[in-house]
Amino acid sequence: MIPEPFQAIAYALVYILLAPALGGLIAGIDRKVTARMQGRVGPPVLQPFYDVLKLFEKENPVVTETQNFYVLSYVVFMVVAGALFFSGGDMLLVIFAFTLSHIFLVLGAYASFSPYSHVGAERELLQIIAYEPMIILTAVGMYMVTKSFFVSDIISAPVPMILYLPGIFIGYLIVLTIKLRKSPFDLSTSHHAHQEIVKGVTTDFAGPNLGTIEIAHWYEYVFLLGVIWLFFAWNPVIAIVAILGAYFLEILIDNTMARVKWQLMLRSAWVIAGTLGLVNLGVLYYLRMVAVP
Amino acid sequence: MTYLAKSPWIVHYNASSCNGCDIEILAALTPVFDVERFGIINTGNPKHADILLCTGSVNEQNRVPLKNVYDQMPEPKVVIAIGICATSGGVFRECYNVSGGIDTTIPVDVYVPGCAARPESIIDGVVTALGILEEKRKKMAEKNRAGKPAAGEAV
Repeated sequence: MIPEPFQAIAYALVYILLAPALGGLIAGIDRKVTARMQGRVGPPVLQPFYDVLKLFEKENPVVTETQNFYVLSYVVFMVVAGALFFSGGDMLLVIFAFTLSHIFLVLGAYASFSPYSHVGAERELLQIIAYEPMIILTAVGMYMVTKSFFVSDIISAPVPMILYLPGIFIGYLIVLTIKLRKSPFDLSTSHHAHQEIVKGVTTDFAGPNLGTIEIAHWYEYVFLLGVIWLFFAWNPVIAIVAILGAYFLEILIDNTMARVKWQLMLRSAWVIAGTLGLVNLGVLYYLRMVAVP
Repeated sequence: MTYLAKSPWIVHYNASSCNGCDIEILAALTPVFDVERFGIINTGNPKHADILLCTGSVNEQNRVPLKNVYDQMPEPKVVIAIGICATSGGVFRECYNVSGGIDTTIPVDVYVPGCAARPESIIDGVVTALGILEEKRKKMAEKNRAGKPAAGEAV
């Protein structure tokens, strides 16, 4: 089924306009909750907005001109991925746009001459390699239940997706830790004051460019949490509770875990995708639980 | 309305300090003082920072690195010299290998004396620096406006 064209455009516009506000608010609540977990008062909830607005007040010292292009491409493709997702587009296309946007971030980090930036870029690539199989398995799992890759079909499935895809959901939560740049998988860059590789991929971005990266990250937050919604789409109340619960769990893991080496990150992400994800798909296939017409 | 004062990010450079003042700077980040309440983050990356916190009396080994860190920070930026060594060289002032204070290498905006400087006075110094930071931002904005050609004017 092809979704209603105007409805789809409206959803995409709502995402483009509201996602930064929602994403920034999530980031602010994240920082507040993190501070409370560490016994601190924490910054105001609107702090991420102050940070980004400040970054746009600063000078923009670029190392190479190409950086500007890569940063712009990063945010544009992130917006495209999210807009496609929220307009009910093809899940595979969404994942391709999503991955492409991160490749632009890696290219931007490689464009500079700083070794710290290069280490960050390499680690970002490793993270992409680590989470990509699980993200694709998530789309495949949803296809096996609903016989469609279109988000508009997945979201209108009358069955609770989570009951068919529990393994894939747990696997998705684990790669979400990588995607949200949370410990133990915050290898390429982090929101905390880890300084061993300075600031990873964002080392050589400053001022407005860094602000743009942060805004792209807010778009990413909303998209990633939107995928959780798909698992519970049959009941919006449960979906919202699940998103809140999942995000709280990520913050808790972030504050209780130490950062791991990249080998362990890659291995654990792939082992989880290989066991929980593939076994889940295998069971679905075996039982022919592809019920929805 | 400015957001610079609401989210000052700091970078800390130790120019041959004894670590006394450095520990006090880190103390300001701990739950007791929790400077993140005011949006202050210790970035560890000069390119992300607005405020450079410097400790120690500069010597020949770290004069160039200090200059590099300063040059990499995007405008507007302020420098705070923390501890008596950073402000004047302190008891090391007469040493043959010491240049005697941060302002012998880079321009300093705020001096926070003390041995070691207490976290309260460091936070006070940062708050003073925010006023200077705002002045610098205004100057930068005016300069940018003056530098831009008026509408319709041929470039």
